[in-house]
Amino acid sequence: MSAPKYLVDARDVSKRFSQEPDLAQKVAGLLGARTKRIVVHALDHVSLGIAEGEVVGLVGESGSGKSTLGRIIAGIWEPSEGEIHFAGRPRNELNDTQRRAADLAVQMVFQDPMSSLNPRMHVAEIIGEAPEYHGIVKASETAAYVADIMQKVGLDPSFAERYPHQFSGGQRARIGIARALAVKPRVIVADEAIAALDVSIQAQVINLFMKLRADLGLAYLFISHDLGVVRHLADRVAILYLGRIVESAPADELFNTPNHPYTVALLANMPKVETGKHAFAPLEGEIPSPINPPSGCHFHPRCAHAMPRCAEVAPKLREVAPGRLSACHLNDGA
Amino acid sequence: MTATLEVAGLSTHFFTRAGVVKAVDGVSFSVQRGQVLGLVGESGSGKTVTGLSIMGLVDRPGRIVSGSIKLAGQELVGLSEKGWRTIRGRKIAMIFQDPMMTLNPVLRIDTQMIETVLAHADVSKDSARERCRQALSRVGIPSPDERLTAYPHQFSGGMRQRVAIAIALLHDPELIIADEPTTALDVTIQAQIIAQVQKLAAETGTAIVWVTHDLAVVSGLSDRLAVMYAGRIIEEGPTAEVLTQPHHPYTAGLLHSLPINNPRGQPLNQIPGSTPSLLRLPPGCPFGPRCTRKQHDCTQAMPPETQGANGVRLRCYHPVAREGAMA
Amino acid sequence: MTDAALTSAAVAPPVETPFRRFASDFFANKVAAVALVIIVILALLAIFAPWVTPQNPYDLTQISIFDNMLKPGAKSMEGKTFWLGTDEQGRDMFSAMIYGLRMSLFVSAVATSIAVLVGVSLGVTAAYFGGRVDSIIMRIVDLQLSFPAILIALILLAALGKGVDKVILALMLVQWAYYARTVRGNALVERRREYIEAAQCLALPRYRIIFRHLLPNCLPPLIVIATVQVAHAISLEATLSFLGVGVPITEPSLGLLISNGYKYILSGKYWVSVFPGLMLLLTILSINLVGDHLRDLLNPRLKA
Ligand SMILES: Nc1ncnc2c1ncn2[C@@H]1O[C@H](COP(=O)(O)OP(=O)(O)OP(=O)(O)O)[C@@H](O)[C@H]1O
Ligand SMILES: Nc1ncnc2c1ncn2[C@@H]1O[C@H](COP(=O)(O)OP(=O)(O)OP(=O)(O)O)[C@@H](O)[C@H]1O
Ligand code: SF4
Ligand code: SF4
Ligand SMILES: [Mg+2]
Ligand SMILES: [Mg+2]
Repeated sequence: MSAPKYLVDARDVSKRFSQEPDLAQKVAGLLGARTKRIVVHALDHVSLGIAEGEVVGLVGESGSGKSTLGRIIAGIWEPSEGEIHFAGRPRNELNDTQRRAADLAVQMVFQDPMSSLNPRMHVAEIIGEAPEYHGIVKASETAAYVADIMQKVGLDPSFAERYPHQFSGGQRARIGIARALAVKPRVIVADEAIAALDVSIQAQVINLFMKLRADLGLAYLFISHDLGVVRHLADRVAILYLGRIVESAPADELFNTPNHPYTVALLANMPKVETGKHAFAPLEGEIPSPINPPSGCHFHPRCAHAMPRCAEVAPKLREVAPGRLSACHLNDGA
Repeated sequence: MTATLEVAGLSTHFFTRAGVVKAVDGVSFSVQRGQVLGLVGESGSGKTVTGLSIMGLVDRPGRIVSGSIKLAGQELVGLSEKGWRTIRGRKIAMIFQDPMMTLNPVLRIDTQMIETVLAHADVSKDSARERCRQALSRVGIPSPDERLTAYPHQFSGGMRQRVAIAIALLHDPELIIADEPTTALDVTIQAQIIAQVQKLAAETGTAIVWVTHDLAVVSGLSDRLAVMYAGRIIEEGPTAEVLTQPHHPYTAGLLHSLPINNPRGQPLNQIPGSTPSLLRLPPGCPFGPRCTRKQHDCTQAMPPETQGANGVRLRCYHPVAREGAMA
Repeated sequence: MTDAALTSAAVAPPVETPFRRFASDFFANKVAAVALVIIVILALLAIFAPWVTPQNPYDLTQISIFDNMLKPGAKSMEGKTFWLGTDEQGRDMFSAMIYGLRMSLFVSAVATSIAVLVGVSLGVTAAYFGGRVDSIIMRIVDLQLSFPAILIALILLAALGKGVDKVILALMLVQWAYYARTVRGNALVERRREYIEAAQCLALPRYRIIFRHLLPNCLPPLIVIATVQVAHAISLEATLSFLGVGVPITEPSLGLLISNGYKYILSGKYWVSVFPGLMLLLTILSINLVGDHLRDLLNPRLKA
């Protein structure tokens, strides 16, 4: 068997959340009112793989399912359907040791640098707990190990005894990254990891991500709504719309010649410094609700090219050029 | 002609147990009719407090310690609470980052909006409702009649923000202060809201102060740009001028660090260090510890405000020379 | 720019543990600080009662019936002064009160500790596992909280009979539900925090996540409740003893002392009842003042 193409990949993954009726609704139900169980299709048959050392950008509107996909790939949530493969093998079929190795190999860096750090642990504990527990380092060597990792992410090791609230936002982000690095991961899922940072600090953290990639060969799933950052970092970009991937392509190609009408609209709305003062020409229409998404192509109520078919048949995500996938009926003619 | 908003030497300090936080310290700027001023800066640099000061909404332990704020020539500092009632919500409106700051979750949209109209205008309930309907359609909410009877939670985030904007527009205010109104929104929705604000400024002559930390947004929206750092405006001028020829090392550093201004895949130019605490500011220029152009005089005293070419105001002893500026 | 330059320019506040920060905030409020000092003094008096009181009021060899119902400040047969007077048995009121306080504090502190332990374990378990476990535990809690505590305690004691251990059991049973509910509420909030997800992502085992990550972050609001509940337990115990179903007459608490002296109030012999009453008031008031201030401090909405 040849080496698997992807280090970790989600295959045909779906995630549904059902909102249990609350007490008031239950009472209403007893009194005869019709109550519906609300089901949110956060992810709808999504496949996405990350190869060794690759940076995959994941872009989409709020509520499109980016964080859900990130958490599933990082092993925090189980998908409702579909499988996560690690190094080519289904994660659920691994034995305990293998499963743990697979779990540790994919780590997550979170959006909010404060709420992702336990406020009652000092930095040395935050970083050192997991490697010590998993036997990656001996208890006697943990302190040195932590110091080494802190240095790697640009934190002064003499701050090891401090608590998260005593750091600035950028430093907290580094602690979160250090915690992930401490278990020697091979993939990092970064969910809006720079969104909460100060403008002047964002570049520092982006550079740190790039340096770690060069030094350690890390792969990233980089979730962001900042298209400028994604363009800068990513090798490949996947665009999510209402729980479905609508386009995925090498970053250059996607930004230069977007295929899907939604991608086109997204890029047109991307604010850029160099354009100067101009009138904004927005995409019309609301983001539809994931509770009852539009029929057919989810994008059709807002799409300028929508045809009658679009409301009936959901377009398949298929290869439109080598390495490029898009889900739009406009490609059917070609 | 007097400017719609004229802020001179505004200082708002917070008297906390840990010390005096000079959140806003000698800030001056003005906004003309129909113009948009972009206010950018780090987190904690005083953008929100500046906005709250203009609205007269600074709460204890904070207060305006000096300076003047004039709305179309009328002094607002020291105004009685009664005086504020004719100004706030009517002549000046504020849009917050979180629209739920404006909206009451348990009241229907029409209840909230009609109440706002009746609070300031002596009109019948029917004409108040009509006014609300128009305001909603003005911000691009389809079928406003049905939408008026909905509750806030029945709207998406972007729609809620537009309702908040519609409420801000009810009285055709002379000035709108928008505090990061699109930060939590997607690019497509952000573009919708900005488009409406642009239309508004052009059609009704409303002046706008747009607080954000996103340089890309203000570059497309604002006429003038003010950059704040540690409670002071360190550079202010026509937006295009500031963004293409930044003079202050902080502004220049921010622009240099944007991915768009760096070759793809290469390390970004970054500003070293982190934002200083307002309680422990370094002596002299607050940007000094992070500045690559710092010299001895920078640590001696706060750089005074100087008037540069092309209407740019600046606080720096050793500004970035033209050659060093971004193309 | 190198990373070294980065860290050196970084903010470097002095090392400050969350506890130390909290302590300095706490003592900024003078009223609460005084109340805390009073509590500490009362607790020390209670703990060291045999050494600080002039007599052991329950040692029959040390008291004399001829000294009964002396006014405050009166002298005994042997020439000792009873600053707070004596009761019908001729006991020194001051000594009796300190011993009573000792019993009151002991009963309520032990009952509260056990209640905290039981409540916290059940609350955290309910929150972490959710689903059916959660439903069952919380329904019991709801049931428990829908009856007045005093009623439950009275019924229990009527069934169990007198005795210090029985009172402790009754007080524990009427209290644990508060802790369970509070902890569950906090844990439900904390469980959604990203640091819990981070711990899950680091493949740490469940018990470790619950006890090292989740639990410590749910406790602070609990401190407030526990403080207020100790006061509540003291007054509940006093009520029970006053009604005659509490601690046995041989080991009286403050409540029983008040009850014993109650019948003399109308005949002008106020001290037998009023002094223990004041002591009870002072204790409960101090604890509540400390509890209120803790609540203010721990309420994030009130923080700047
Ligand atoms: N625990 C949950 N219970 C119910 N619904 C959920 C839950 N988590 C997410 N959802 C829903 O799933 C959908 C996808 O959410 P997700 O957080 O993945 O979006 P996102 O793309 O990360 O958005 P954002 O950019 O706002 O972070 C949303 O409609 C959301 O409301
Ligand atoms: N009520 C308060 N008490 C004490 N200090 C305050 C208070 N409100 C604001 N500050 C301080 O004033 C400074 C300026 O805050 P401000 O909210 O204006 O920042 P900002 O520029 O809006 O930042 P952001 O981008 O994070 O919104 C901060 O250092 C803040 O800590
Ligand atoms: S499938 Fe139809 S509606 Fe969907 S993006 Fe393509 S053209 Fe537009
Ligand atoms: S005054 Fe000096 S330290 Fe401050 S920004 Fe200018 S050159 Fe840098
Ligand atoms: Mg998300
Ligand atoms: Mg702000």
